[in-house]
Amino acid sequence: MSDKEMKIPLATGAPDDTQKGIRGVVVPRAEFASTAKVLKAEGWRLIAEWAVDERAAARSFGVYSAYNKGQEYILVKIEVPEADPTFPTLTKKFTASYRFERQIQSLMGLTPVGHPDPRPWIKHEDWPADAYPLRKDFDAGKSLPRVEGEYGWFRAEGEGIFEIAVGPVHAGIIEPGHFRFQAVGEDIINLETRFGYVHKGIEKRFEEMDYAGAARLAGRVSGDTTIAHALAYCRAVEAASACAVPKRAHWIRALLLELERIANHLGDIGAICNDTAFTFMLYQCAILRERVLRATRDVFGHRLAMDRVVPGGVTHDVNAAHAALIRKELDAIASEFERLIRIYEDNPSLEDRLYSTGILKPETAKEIGAVGIVGRASGQRLDARVQEIFPPYDMLVPKLTVLTSGDVHARAWVRIEEVRDSMRLVNAILDTMPEGMIKTDCPAPPSGAAGFATVEGWRGEIVYWVRFGENGSIERCAIRDPSSVCWLSIEQAIKGNIVPDFPLCNKSFNQSYSGHDL
Amino acid sequence: MLRILHQIFRTGVVTEELPPAEAHEVELSGRRLEEEVRKRFGKSLTIRFVDSGSCNACELELQAVNNPFYDSERFGIHFTASPRFADMLLVTGPVSRNMEIALRRTYDAMPTPKLVVGLGDCSVDGGIFGKSYASLGGIDSVVPVDAWIRGCPPTPSAILNGILKAVSTK
Ligand code: SF4
Repeated sequence: MSDKEMKIPLATGAPDDTQKGIRGVVVPRAEFASTAKVLKAEGWRLIAEWAVDERAAARSFGVYSAYNKGQEYILVKIEVPEADPTFPTLTKKFTASYRFERQIQSLMGLTPVGHPDPRPWIKHEDWPADAYPLRKDFDAGKSLPRVEGEYGWFRAEGEGIFEIAVGPVHAGIIEPGHFRFQAVGEDIINLETRFGYVHKGIEKRFEEMDYAGAARLAGRVSGDTTIAHALAYCRAVEAASACAVPKRAHWIRALLLELERIANHLGDIGAICNDTAFTFMLYQCAILRERVLRATRDVFGHRLAMDRVVPGGVTHDVNAAHAALIRKELDAIASEFERLIRIYEDNPSLEDRLYSTGILKPETAKEIGAVGIVGRASGQRLDARVQEIFPPYDMLVPKLTVLTSGDVHARAWVRIEEVRDSMRLVNAILDTMPEGMIKTDCPAPPSGAAGFATVEGWRGEIVYWVRFGENGSIERCAIRDPSSVCWLSIEQAIKGNIVPDFPLCNKSFNQSYSGHDL
Repeated sequence: MLRILHQIFRTGVVTEELPPAEAHEVELSGRRLEEEVRKRFGKSLTIRFVDSGSCNACELELQAVNNPFYDSERFGIHFTASPRFADMLLVTGPVSRNMEIALRRTYDAMPTPKLVVGLGDCSVDGGIFGKSYASLGGIDSVVPVDAWIRGCPPTPSAILNGILKAVSTK
């Protein structure tokens, strides 16, 4: 599509040739929001926004916004002078930028002018206000003193309104986060979430690693999505270094990606049913999930296949015996799975709890920028596997399940259909896998180059943007897990539901705390 | 209902023998546990779990010890929502700065004797996240530790073996 067709002021912006894997343009700072406005009108969605400390080279910070429409991606950059570290907010155009910009303010110290919520995000109230870890002159090795401070929670007042605060430590074996409800009787009138508890400085940590070693770290941004994160990172590296990955490696990567999707969806389907006290499904699905992990271990030597995706390819090949093992396991799992789904469909108590609970309306999902399973259960036809296509997804096209009811059932059902489709894909991958190498040497990306990539993990679209320095060092790694946008949905979907349904609703979203907090 | 019963019958019992622990997986710290304390946990063990900043893969494998293959309940292992009832504090993650206080509070809220076990390489020394402005680099910077279960993440059998070893009398 040409700039003319796009009718956006990008033609006036300078092309940014250092960007690989995405088209980059630089626009004047004052046009940041107006560009967003035109893009929105043209049907683009904001997928991520982040800042980079470029003071050493340019005496300015860069603020980047990435957009997607259909199969196209674009990166719009502005330069923010050191002397006036402010930029126009995009929140009036895109709700997704609400937390992106709070994060930019908290961790990079740039102020989004016009942002409705100046409270810090990730950076808790006991951090020194002027600690900006993502700035280059910040000493990441030093521990920060604790200061006095208070977080300004939203309040609701009125007769009979009371507040319930939950977390950060929860009852079950799950990650920490804080949820604060305002309720009247059992009805939730508002929910405010607060995260950042598992912030362990991942983006900064990347800057201490080199391009090859950092794949391990990417695989631990959200451990339940280790394949998809490592893959998105590696694809960003490969884009920047113009590395051509062998065909067979692509097939094995897709195989891993689909196995990860199957395992996680199975776990979630069981856990969602369990939150309606239908423990039978939890244990049945846990058995199937365990069998997927064991097959993964038998073929790849690790139950989650951590560290199997590396720049240039993969570490483990799949021989004929492996392929037979995977096929056999999946066949057995598929027939058990279908029995379970018949039970799911026939169960009136499940129906009672799952339907019309925790509705995320399609308009709201669109507004928030929801992606992945959450988006598809609420009418958003989005899937990075058909947007940023790499082999074998050009030949083996995933079937998208898009529902519009947006309730807990829809989120469960999207997963059910995706388990089926991923099993089909795994078999097709094994059938069509080309011969050849599984890895090539991936050279260090040239200094100053930046690579961009998106990959559809089991939760949804994962975005990586990595800028490289001398000798394959990493200057900046910006990560957007699907959770960064989808966490916004729970606050919207829960309104009007009853407090006891919160665990069920939350489980149906099952977003990552680690992937969000970084 | 018939379908459910049929499925339960078809599935049968899948629980397996726990394989013996491998030496590198479990490490007891120098802290000595009184014989008496160990005896007290002889038949049942109640665990309070805290994620102090993990990547969440350790949680996945910890959840798996509850699945029918590993069936941690047969060893008398239960997870509790309240630290007040807990015998053992099981902690994953390198301890993020933002979880330090919650971890300490959970530990303080437990009755003595308090058994503390670190789960995963992160809990030993921060693992891949190291030590930084945001990561304290290991849970013994906040709470005293009795044993570590190594691995990234440790397998469900390593987790079960580690928990059992931490309370065994040998
Ligand atoms: S030990 Fe490994 S798997 Fe466990 S939390 Fe740390 S990085 Fe994740």
